[in-house]
Amino acid sequence: MGFDQYHEPPDELPAATRTFARLCASLTEEAEAIGWYEQRLAVEADAEAAAIMRDAQGEEFKHFSMDLEFLLRKTPAWREIAKGVLFQPGDIVEHGEEAEAEVNAGDASSGDADTAGSLAIGSLKEAVR
Amino acid sequence: MNHLLRTLAPISDSSWELLDREARTRLTAVLAARKLVDFAGPHGWEHSATNLGRTTTVEPALVDGLTAMQRKVLPLIELRADFAIRLSELRDHDRGSPDADLGELDQAAHRIAVAESIVVLHGWPEIGMAGITEASPHPAQPLGADPESYPRAVAAAVELLLQNGVGGPYALALGSEHYTLVIETAEHGGYPLRDHLRKILNGPVVWSPGVKGAVALSLRGGDFLSESGQDFAIGYDRHDADAVHLYLEESFSFIVATPEAAVPLSP
Repeated sequence: MGFDQYHEPPDELPAATRTFARLCASLTEEAEAIGWYEQRLAVEADAEAAAIMRDAQGEEFKHFSMDLEFLLRKTPAWREIAKGVLFQPGDIVEHGEEAEAEVNAGDASSGDADTAGSLAIGSLKEAVR
Repeated sequence: MNHLLRTLAPISDSSWELLDREARTRLTAVLAARKLVDFAGPHGWEHSATNLGRTTTVEPALVDGLTAMQRKVLPLIELRADFAIRLSELRDHDRGSPDADLGELDQAAHRIAVAESIVVLHGWPEIGMAGITEASPHPAQPLGADPESYPRAVAAAVELLLQNGVGGPYALALGSEHYTLVIETAEHGGYPLRDHLRKILNGPVVWSPGVKGAVALSLRGGDFLSESGQDFAIGYDRHDADAVHLYLEESFSFIVATPEAAVPLSP
């Protein structure tokens, strides 16, 4: 088993940061799997095999989305930027720049801003196990 | 800007970081309930109630041949602890002072964290929230006056949980006085009492200020559910020439899904 998701000594990291790192690693793996299935589907001629792979890719969509939502809940600034970019029609880069500028200015008025200013403590259950 | 009105406060980014960091550190140490029960959310400041999935029949129905049911929900409670910080302390911090006086923030963090633990462990009858100890159907196990009797009491509580089909690992929430006794005590042969209790529980002994006596409970998950609207945050109230008046705030509800998954231990 590898522990490559840690860039600092794990013993020095708080439990919440270790969990965050695990979910970041999981997010990366799900994104890779989505890309792999996309390539396989592009070259697969057998319709039945393609249907199975399409179903499997759907699972990865779900896993990626759940990982992302967890990470966004734990990271208010990331969540605020994501709100300005995701599911918005129009120029993606423009939205990204605007969302970043708003967060940096401490102005979260474009979103519902529930998590702006949050201390994001969340669960401490893993910290004492 | 959201309801916390932080951008209206005469506080620099660096001082906000200081205040948030201090609050997080103080809260994390005292928040016993968050170390014991499941946590869902945060769902946002606008989130007002927890779905209980239950209904009450509305009688009489408006017309014949109709049934009507009203959904039951548990409203969230808002907790707020006010405090003030002298502006001169924040200015000194901005100049590089390493020892800003944040005493009122520390006290507010302690107050609100203890309150959360009391709601979760003992409930708040006035707002219809049942706590873990009050909901438990098990008789309270006497903890005993002598800390060396604690292992026997905790082992009895764990056995009671096992007899009721409640799996582990388990935790022990200990009120401040009892916790101090535990960490001060070594049993015959010098074995730390805290380590002995951890072995019995296969889980942690948690310092729980505000808790009366102690509570042994399962950590397996799904038994005790805390739902967060807004997680802890510092908001701005007002300021004058000398001080900025702030507050710590959270909103949450708490539900005991499996009352038999905890055993109270009486002081």
